[in-house]
Amino acid sequence: MSNSELKRANRKTAIKLVLATTTMFFFGYALIPLYDVFCEVTGLNGKTGRLSSQEVSQMAPDESRLVEVEFVASVGADLPWKFYPLVAKISVVPGVETQVDFMVVNNAQYAVTGNAVPSVAPNEAAKYFSKTECFCFTKQSLKAGESRKMPVRFVVDPDIPRGVSLLTLGYTFFEALDTAGLYPPEHTYIN
Amino acid sequence: MNFLKKYASYAFLSFSVFPLSVFADWGLNLPRGVTPFSQEIYDLHMYVLWIMCAIGVVVFGAMFYSILVHRKSRGAKAANWHHSTQVEIVWTVIPFVILIAVAVPATRSLIMMEDVGDADMTIKVTGYQWKWHYDYIGTEVDFFSTIEEKSNSARRRGSNIDPFEVEHYLRDVDNYVVVPTNKKIRFLTTAGDVIHAWWVPALGWKRDAIPGFINESWAFIKEPGVYRGQCAELCGKDHGFMPIVVRAVPEGEYIAWVEQQSQARALASEQKNSRNILARTRTDQ
Amino acid sequence: MSEAAAHDHHDAQSTGLMRWLTTTNHKDIGTLYLLFSLTMFFIGGSMAMVIRLELFQPGLQFVDPQFYNSMTTMHALIMIFGAVMPAWTGFANWMIPIMIGAPDMALPRLNNWSFWILPFAFLMLLSTLFMPGGAPAGGWTMYPPLVLQTGDAFPYLIFAIHFLGASSIAGAINVIATVFNMRAPGMTLMKLPLFVWTWIITAFLLIASIPVLAGAVTMLLTDKYFGTAFFSAAGGGDPVMFQHIFWFFGHPEVYILILPAFGIVSAIIPTFARKPLFGYSSMVYATGAIAFLSFIVWAHHMFTVGMPLAGELFFMYTTVLIAVPTGVKIFNWVATMWRGSMTFETPMLFALAFVVLFTIGGFSGLMLGVTPVDFQYHDTYFVVAHFHYVLVTGAVFALMAGTYFWLPKWTGHMYNETLGKWHFWLSTISVNVLFFPQHFLGLSGMPRRIPDYAVQFSDFNMVSSIGGFIYGASQILFVVVVVKCIRGGKKATDQVWEGAQGLEWTLPSPPPLHSFTEAPDPSSITGGNR
Repeated sequence: MSNSELKRANRKTAIKLVLATTTMFFFGYALIPLYDVFCEVTGLNGKTGRLSSQEVSQMAPDESRLVEVEFVASVGADLPWKFYPLVAKISVVPGVETQVDFMVVNNAQYAVTGNAVPSVAPNEAAKYFSKTECFCFTKQSLKAGESRKMPVRFVVDPDIPRGVSLLTLGYTFFEALDTAGLYPPEHTYIN
Repeated sequence: MNFLKKYASYAFLSFSVFPLSVFADWGLNLPRGVTPFSQEIYDLHMYVLWIMCAIGVVVFGAMFYSILVHRKSRGAKAANWHHSTQVEIVWTVIPFVILIAVAVPATRSLIMMEDVGDADMTIKVTGYQWKWHYDYIGTEVDFFSTIEEKSNSARRRGSNIDPFEVEHYLRDVDNYVVVPTNKKIRFLTTAGDVIHAWWVPALGWKRDAIPGFINESWAFIKEPGVYRGQCAELCGKDHGFMPIVVRAVPEGEYIAWVEQQSQARALASEQKNSRNILARTRTDQ
Repeated sequence: MSEAAAHDHHDAQSTGLMRWLTTTNHKDIGTLYLLFSLTMFFIGGSMAMVIRLELFQPGLQFVDPQFYNSMTTMHALIMIFGAVMPAWTGFANWMIPIMIGAPDMALPRLNNWSFWILPFAFLMLLSTLFMPGGAPAGGWTMYPPLVLQTGDAFPYLIFAIHFLGASSIAGAINVIATVFNMRAPGMTLMKLPLFVWTWIITAFLLIASIPVLAGAVTMLLTDKYFGTAFFSAAGGGDPVMFQHIFWFFGHPEVYILILPAFGIVSAIIPTFARKPLFGYSSMVYATGAIAFLSFIVWAHHMFTVGMPLAGELFFMYTTVLIAVPTGVKIFNWVATMWRGSMTFETPMLFALAFVVLFTIGGFSGLMLGVTPVDFQYHDTYFVVAHFHYVLVTGAVFALMAGTYFWLPKWTGHMYNETLGKWHFWLSTISVNVLFFPQHFLGLSGMPRRIPDYAVQFSDFNMVSSIGGFIYGASQILFVVVVVKCIRGGKKATDQVWEGAQGLEWTLPSPPPLHSFTEAPDPSSITGGNR
């Protein structure tokens, strides 16, 4: 190989490898939608689905059995709220829409906005759990000392495997990102 | 230093008087634990460990034999072969077979661990910087559990308190997690700020507590007792100072405890409410 | 070829600082990388000494918990990105051109850049020690949300990682271009020395994995400052997703640190056994298999985050499968020694210690790969012991072995064998006193990354710290040996070692500034199994 041929070959290799590097950089970003698809298929991170009431009405309820649904509530470290389900556990017929209420109290002496993040355990069952109405769809603002009853309407898909007899629906209220001083030095815990 | 004196006398005792108990206090191995799962894990751990030891004996044995015998100083002449397809196939296949022998019992244990169904009760564990919150689902009982005060003052730099003088140094909390024995207990883990991990070695597992997400695990404790653990995922400054204490008691005792907790709670919230009303009236003025 | 070799002759004329700043010569740049790496090894090492000092006995005596966390975080970042990775690039720069009969690296100016980015990146990273809020303390794995609590140091951390990544990718591009385009006639791929093979595979791992890390830390940056919520649950993101992306980089990274070590050991053992390497082609295929598997095992670093059963099983099976190609390598090394005619100079001693101790690290690695038991091992000192066995007695020991092996070639002088042996024995004994007890600590329940511990862990921590201090001090001996060797000593022959084979040993010691200005005689290329 002559000098100039070699230089050209080296440049060509380098350009190809820089392209490969760039591709891998964007692949890192592509992992996010890929991961979401993966989670949807496997229910990996317990994210729940959302359905319209109309879609639910097309479901054929499976009257032959009951699935227990348990409710738990948590609050983020910097959110001065008290948050709890009004019922701990109910039995539902798969395919029938059900409503339960959560209670939230703002213990601070100022208005606070939070948003609720749902999660379902076991993770594998998450894809069979859908909400038609939820306080987690939008941000919730509470005035100082305000308390509010918050409804959730949900349905358990009749296709849910027979092995799953208990589902847990958990919510965590975090201070909304845009209003939060993300990590204040003094955390407030509510008992 | 107090500590060194203690250490010296301890070393003296263990090495001279009780030579066989040298390692008794040194904690060499996984605990067997007190749940069916922890026992299973212990057996699996020992099984894999012995396989590794056996492989080690064979490989290192061959190697050290070669080092001793095939050395130039003993007049060894180098052979010139450098290839043998048969031998290479053999030592690809044998490890593969060994791995299958490991994977089969491991798969069985894992399926057992993931079977969270039919639990008798549920406790939600929430990690915060740097304390745990426990919520006994379906009861009035929920509380925070923080490192016990004696440990907490002893662990500060310049406290001049000898950790050896503090009972259960860094392993004690103000409020124990009381649970019944012989019940399948479901633990839901989550967190309110950063990721933590809830770990009591005697139960045989640890599980991450992730903000916004719920994880489930379970335990079935056979023996009453106090079991200690701590946060196992780096969660900031005081990560090393958020212990966990589980106290397993017979069912009757557990029911009594729940009763007593609920009453204490009702009383406390009454007092708190009246305080709150006072406070609000003051701010309103 | 001779024309190609003649490029950039001017760099030989510059002197003093300017020579080193502007050099495009592969040997100069190799030397710079190695010296830089040695410096970082001591900076990272002194942080390890702070850690061991604090853990010497229970209670907090010397540092506060936040600073302790900074120490563990910085120790890892410096050792991985500052000590081991640049050292491998240094070896690649020095040895690859002369092993394949090339005059220099393919892209000499890029080479200069890729080195000089490093000191700036590390100045940036180290400067965080003096910032309000302290140095990064969220662990080198930078898991959100914790890492987002980092103070002013945060952007410095992210950009330092970007620069380090850019540097290593540039180095990888250079290695690939050099090996693909500049091999001497007759140097076919299956005649390449294994060090070159392992480095080529490492280079591809770098190109495939480092950009993913760059993406992940960029997401952290925008999460903290620009309102995105990739990893914040409150904003609809998922903190566990970061762990997936991070370990998609992180596991190949582990092999980036260790594959070149396999190459060096595969060069040293045949030399001192005076016998050809056993199973050359299976070594190449095994390295390829390990590299491939490294991309499908990542979630074994995060079994405890709560994955579906199928996921846990998949990652357990792929993880333990890595034991097969790794086992092939170890068996091949032992077979190379078998019926050889061995002598035990310092490089051989380090290589033998590598085989034994790396294998012990492999054993604990396999144990960690067994998912249900990992629920106990995870995030304990058992893990710390495991990865220090593979990275210290693995990667670092191979670096030591390689340095002693090629030092006479680089400097033209023999090093002091007595001091070398002292260094070996002190290091090998103390490193085991340092890390072996950590297995027991982990099994009996001590989590990693804690500044203080319950009193039942006192004894083994004290033993481990003592081992640590001796190991740290022994490395000063290494510097003494290297400095003495650079300054003088017995003249080294071209061949240096009786059993040495390969193109690098056909050149004078030290080699001339431009190595193969004429391509070597194809008949002198015997193949990589020697």
